[in-house]
Amino acid sequence: MAVNRMFRTCPSTGLLFHEPAEKLMKAHAVAAVVSLLVGGILALGVTLTRWQAVHLLSPDWFYLFLTAHGVDMLVLWIIFFEIAILYFASSTLLRCRLATPGLAWVGFWLMILGAIMNNYAIFSGTSSVMFTSYAPMGAHPAFYLGLILFAVGALIGCFVFLGTLVVAKAERTYNGSIPLVTFGAVTACIIAVFTIASGAIILIPTFLWSVGLVEHIDSLMYRTVWWGFGHSSQQINVAAHVSVWYAIAAIVFGAKPMSEKVSRGAFLLYILFLQLASAHHLLADPGLTSNWKIFNTSYAMYLAVLASMVHGLTVPGAIEVAQREKGYNRGLFEWLRKAPWGNPVFAGMFISLIGFGFLGGISGVMMGTEQLNLIIHNTIYVPGHFHATVVVGTTLAFMSLTYFLIPVLFRRKMLFPKLAQWQPYLFGLGMSAFALFMMGAGTLGVPRRHWDISFAGNAMPYEFPGAAWLMMALTALAGLAAVVGGAIYLLITVGSVFFAPRVDVPDFKHVRAAEGIAPAPAPVAAAIAAHHPNVGMAGFVAPGTLVLAMVFLISFILYYFVNWKYLSTVWPLS
Amino acid sequence: MSAILPPEDRVWWKQPLDRVEGTWVVIALIWCLIMFFMMPYWHVFGKQNLANEAYRTTPEVYMKKAQDMVDKFTVRTETDQKIPVVAPPAGSDVYLVARLWSWWPILELEAGKSYRIHLMSMDWLHGFSLQPENINIQVHPGYDHVLTVQPTRAGTYSIICNEYCGINHHTMSSKLYVK
Ligand code: HEM
Ligand SMILES: [Cu+2]
Ligand SMILES: [Cu+2]
Repeated sequence: MAVNRMFRTCPSTGLLFHEPAEKLMKAHAVAAVVSLLVGGILALGVTLTRWQAVHLLSPDWFYLFLTAHGVDMLVLWIIFFEIAILYFASSTLLRCRLATPGLAWVGFWLMILGAIMNNYAIFSGTSSVMFTSYAPMGAHPAFYLGLILFAVGALIGCFVFLGTLVVAKAERTYNGSIPLVTFGAVTACIIAVFTIASGAIILIPTFLWSVGLVEHIDSLMYRTVWWGFGHSSQQINVAAHVSVWYAIAAIVFGAKPMSEKVSRGAFLLYILFLQLASAHHLLADPGLTSNWKIFNTSYAMYLAVLASMVHGLTVPGAIEVAQREKGYNRGLFEWLRKAPWGNPVFAGMFISLIGFGFLGGISGVMMGTEQLNLIIHNTIYVPGHFHATVVVGTTLAFMSLTYFLIPVLFRRKMLFPKLAQWQPYLFGLGMSAFALFMMGAGTLGVPRRHWDISFAGNAMPYEFPGAAWLMMALTALAGLAAVVGGAIYLLITVGSVFFAPRVDVPDFKHVRAAEGIAPAPAPVAAAIAAHHPNVGMAGFVAPGTLVLAMVFLISFILYYFVNWKYLSTVWPLS
Repeated sequence: MSAILPPEDRVWWKQPLDRVEGTWVVIALIWCLIMFFMMPYWHVFGKQNLANEAYRTTPEVYMKKAQDMVDKFTVRTETDQKIPVVAPPAGSDVYLVARLWSWWPILELEAGKSYRIHLMSMDWLHGFSLQPENINIQVHPGYDHVLTVQPTRAGTYSIICNEYCGINHHTMSSKLYVK
């Protein structure tokens, strides 16, 4: 079969798109956005039900919606988008043809098939088991089979990505090492392969069990292996959205990493130290020793936490240096004040960074501490935490990237640019408030995945304090703001991609590349020592970022010890 | 030149560490180590730890132990369903049964005394959530999980389920009395 070597150069960014890769990226992005649309409608139903004053859905529909919301958001939206990012980070950034586009399409259609099959099982009403589907509660076989097919499709996408790296190397389409963003994507991909393997180990036997071929699935074994899949996939998201942060910093500011070594080292820590991070989902489970729990949460998690803390510094640090070199060098924060806050690509990325660190990061480490887990396990604090990580962090980062991709990848004018300016604030701040109020309610003991905290008609109801009810109402209001923000995003993306005028470039043409296209060799850097010569203060190139990092650290320390204090007041347990 | 292009210095790993980064990496690492040591520290000096004492068993065996306890120590029954209220002696083994969709029996404990509370599910996963104390523990089928608990304050507490366990999950709530 002839290899398609047709490329197009984006006139505004100079990025090079391989034709088949471009089509694949578009297909995955569209599938992602459709999933987000479905997941968003479900979110609205779930949110309005948890707001006890509205209590929209009946229990069976609530649990059905919640299951579908978890799958369609966490699995479909995120992973479809991530595969598009993998193709972008390999084919586009390395200026290389995508390996085996045909196989990539097989992967895509498998993912679509799996997604439909799984959703069919959920909406038929036979699989309201939550996306975690903890055995021995059983779902319809199609629920598991759908997930398995989806995972196989995603795995194919991972291999196409890795194959493209090999092609790029062989056809010498770049000089030296791969870009940092691609390196981050490699990290995400390696973790994804591990993750999908764990998923297969647990979902295949569970599928066989659901059709009667396997006798028994142990509940503790299930949770242990399932979270090897469930948690590591969150690490994929982190690696992916951190890569997106770096990419946006580079696109908007021309920022270069403060040092490649540190940033790449931090990505490496993700690969090395996450494997048993599933342990922090099992801290309140019987049958596991404390040594196992402490060892696996801390060696595996705290070094991954360290890596995130490093990225949390180096991304804004790189922006600060780039801004200072542009002349915004006064004081601690001129670089930040003069940042393009009206550009949704930047605004979204920065809110994502701050929200992920302050809300998602700090709460996650708190919950992941063996003893502290006792006071939040399975409360609504947990969804509060992960809406800060996977929604404010990952989703918002992906949304920001979309605003860049609409003209560049889809070659469409962006509709409603004024609305787009507001969207990251509405969605990001709404979601941050939503997460915070959920955490507040969780601290007061409100359970997650619960249809009725009023226990109406129950012989032995528990009366939650008024503050908990208030927190749930505020959660819903903030959630509604976020839903509006999400709807605006959908309006802009769908509207632009399907209905906006094309970006026409007079001398546009596809170019044929014989053996890939290598840029001219980069000049040998003479100035290793004279790095960022005269910016910054007191010998620090990014003093503002360091101050922000210290504020972060102090909040972290205070919050962490406040929770130990709170723990010390509950009943002694041993 | 930037994060989306190959590194400018081909030998990027020799590029010296920036001072901002160096400082932060050291501080962050120290903080991570402190957080690590807090967990073993609390096992030694703190009072709220899981001993992780657990036994594999079957619903039948567990139910029999619970029934024996109920037969011996029931002090009264409550609600229309006549759920037994059990007041076991301090220090004894106390069996709490989690099943679709109830906790059984109701416990009545004494403040300041300690009890070996056993938790196990008869069917699916459940979540033991003691309110308003806010102690939350996963309850598995087949694993008899033992907690040594010392109630501190007298009062009427609630046990709700906070692991989704099917369509009536939200109705699974019970009481716990501390005298
Ligand atoms: C405007 C946007 C959103 C709103 C208002 C929203 C709201 C909610 C609410 C109210 C819950 C139920 C919590 C509970 O009762 O336990 C929930 C659960 C969840 N959400 Fe969202 N959500 C939004 C977006 C997202 C996104 C973008 C993702 C993923 C990328 C996501 C992932 C999840 C997951 C995984 C669950 C847990 C489901 C479960 O417990 O099985 N959500 N969300
Ligand atoms: Cu239950
Ligand atoms: Cu339940």
